Amino acid sequence: MSAALEAKLGQAWKKPPFITNPVFRWVLIGGSILYFVVALGGIEVSWDRIVKGMDYGKRFITAFGGIFVALFDYIRDVFPWLSETFPRFFGPPTGNDPSDSRWIEIWTEKEIIKGLYESIVMTVASTVVGIAISIPIALGAAGNIAPMPIYLFCRAVIALSRALNEIIVAIILVAILGFGPLAGFITLSFATIGFLAKLLAEDIENMNKQQAEAVKSTGSSWGQWINFGVQPQVMPRLIGLSMYRLDINFRESAVLGLVGAGGIGATLNTAFDRYEFDTVAAILLTIIIIVMILEYLSGVIRGRVQ
Amino acid sequence: MYQGWKMLELQGLTKIYNTGDKALSDVTLTIPDGQVVALIGPSGAGKSTLIRCVNRLVQPTSGSATLDNVNVTALGAAGLRKARRKMGMIFQEYALVERLTVMENVLSGRLGYVGFFRSLFRKFPQKDVDEAYRLLDRVGLLEMADKRADALSGGQRQRVGICRALIQDPSLLLVDEPTASLDPKTSRQIMRLIVELCTERGLAAIINIHDVALAQMFVQRVVGLKLGVVVFDGGPDDLLPEVLTDIYGEEDWEATIEKVDDEDEEA
Ligand SMILES: Nc1ncnc2c1ncn2[C@@H]1O[C@H](COP(=O)(O)OP(=O)(O)O)[C@@H](O)[C@H]1O
Ligand SMILES: [Mg+2]
Repeated sequence: MSAALEAKLGQAWKKPPFITNPVFRWVLIGGSILYFVVALGGIEVSWDRIVKGMDYGKRFITAFGGIFVALFDYIRDVFPWLSETFPRFFGPPTGNDPSDSRWIEIWTEKEIIKGLYESIVMTVASTVVGIAISIPIALGAAGNIAPMPIYLFCRAVIALSRALNEIIVAIILVAILGFGPLAGFITLSFATIGFLAKLLAEDIENMNKQQAEAVKSTGSSWGQWINFGVQPQVMPRLIGLSMYRLDINFRESAVLGLVGAGGIGATLNTAFDRYEFDTVAAILLTIIIIVMILEYLSGVIRGRVQ
Repeated sequence: MYQGWKMLELQGLTKIYNTGDKALSDVTLTIPDGQVVALIGPSGAGKSTLIRCVNRLVQPTSGSATLDNVNVTALGAAGLRKARRKMGMIFQEYALVERLTVMENVLSGRLGYVGFFRSLFRKFPQKDVDEAYRLLDRVGLLEMADKRADALSGGQRQRVGICRALIQDPSLLLVDEPTASLDPKTSRQIMRLIVELCTERGLAAIINIHDVALAQMFVQRVVGLKLGVVVFDGGPDDLLPEVLTDIYGEEDWEATIEKVDDEDEEA
């Protein structure tokens, strides 16, 4: 046994610390904690306002609870078999006509349907247009297939789209185009480019080079090379990202309404302004349900395209 | 040695990579019509670089590669695509597009001959489809035509790779370590298949290979490459231990060479 090994045997082993100098390490840790405490103390809290706001909060939560119950009742009345199959959970059948239910009342009277319809159109259209523009930009932004000038141009487009937050773009576009879903549609299409083109370009850059090269070596044209050598490799990612973006665009469309870009967000904004908490709760529940459905669908689709 | 029509002629082919690695220096080599050449040499000798320079997946620094009287090194984009159709490549890691079907992979060998929209909609001419079936049948994979390539074993994938190269109707095969990822038995089957198909079709071929015994078993001519320089060019029986020591460094070569004679292999 060598002397070097002899010296090591029986010695405890510890992973070397990331920062070797112990003084520096402790100063850094202590400093970070101190800064956090001081920063937390710097946040102004207006207790008077919170106490007053508690009232709104209570009214909102009560409304939300009420609407949730209304939705529950509505579902029970629409599907009588639920009461029969799960009587302990859904209670006995009521025999009520679902179209008279409180959920439908709130839902129809307050323009929720119109807002929702606008939002869905805006979401689908902006996602489709955004993807259509993103694909060529992603090809241009992939360093392994695009020539330098095109690469720089496409990367600049992506950087611009990512730098400008949706809300800011929407505010500008509403100022130019006026209130309504057109501004929202353009905003979301633009935002989709920064998201999809960037992540797709990354996937193209990580593709298996040999597979693509083999296609090139047969004498294929550029388009054929992309279609046979590159596209099959990135297709699952493209579909997954597109589904995810559809989901994001829908949620985003609810926010954009708050700055006047149409959709369900506009309806939500109006309801907030009028302190119609029932309507607010119904809209939020609707958004939650739609996002959950989209989430489920995208999971199913992504599972199928592996 | 058979001396026919010059199929491939390399003149002073040199490649220096951006990193400064001189992978090939002044390689001059002539391969006649229908001859199968094994290119041997240790890892890093420049074997892959040589065949990639011929196909121009790598741009040679100087020198020229002439295929059937066409100077490939000097071609523009359109001419290069045309010349590439005449060079079938087979790769070490098979390089099939994994998410495409076996049939799509084989038919991708025809991309140089069909238009963009035909290939986009997978509407290949009937004679290409028939030829693809014939080739798949020849390598024993007819039933696999509509399976995805990633569902195949290594040996099966390499057979598909062979079909893809042959459907190009090439006059030269460029084969890069076709057996390096396969087990010994499959390696021999694949080597035999490649050499048989070359003979059947009168194809010239360069086969990069580091398994000397396997090379000796199947080819008429061996070229030894060491640090980018051709250090041996002769028949498989001229590969004496001294030669191998020169190419690969000190080792006991008797064992390797003898193995060739007493190994009995089955198809
Ligand atoms: N893409 C590349 N960039 C830089 N150097 C490379 C590249 N490919 C190969 N080389 C270098 O060229 C030399 C020959 O490599 P290669 O042709 O792959 O040899 P072989 O196929 O005989 O193993 C090696 O030194 C290798 O490091
Ligand atoms: Mg190699």
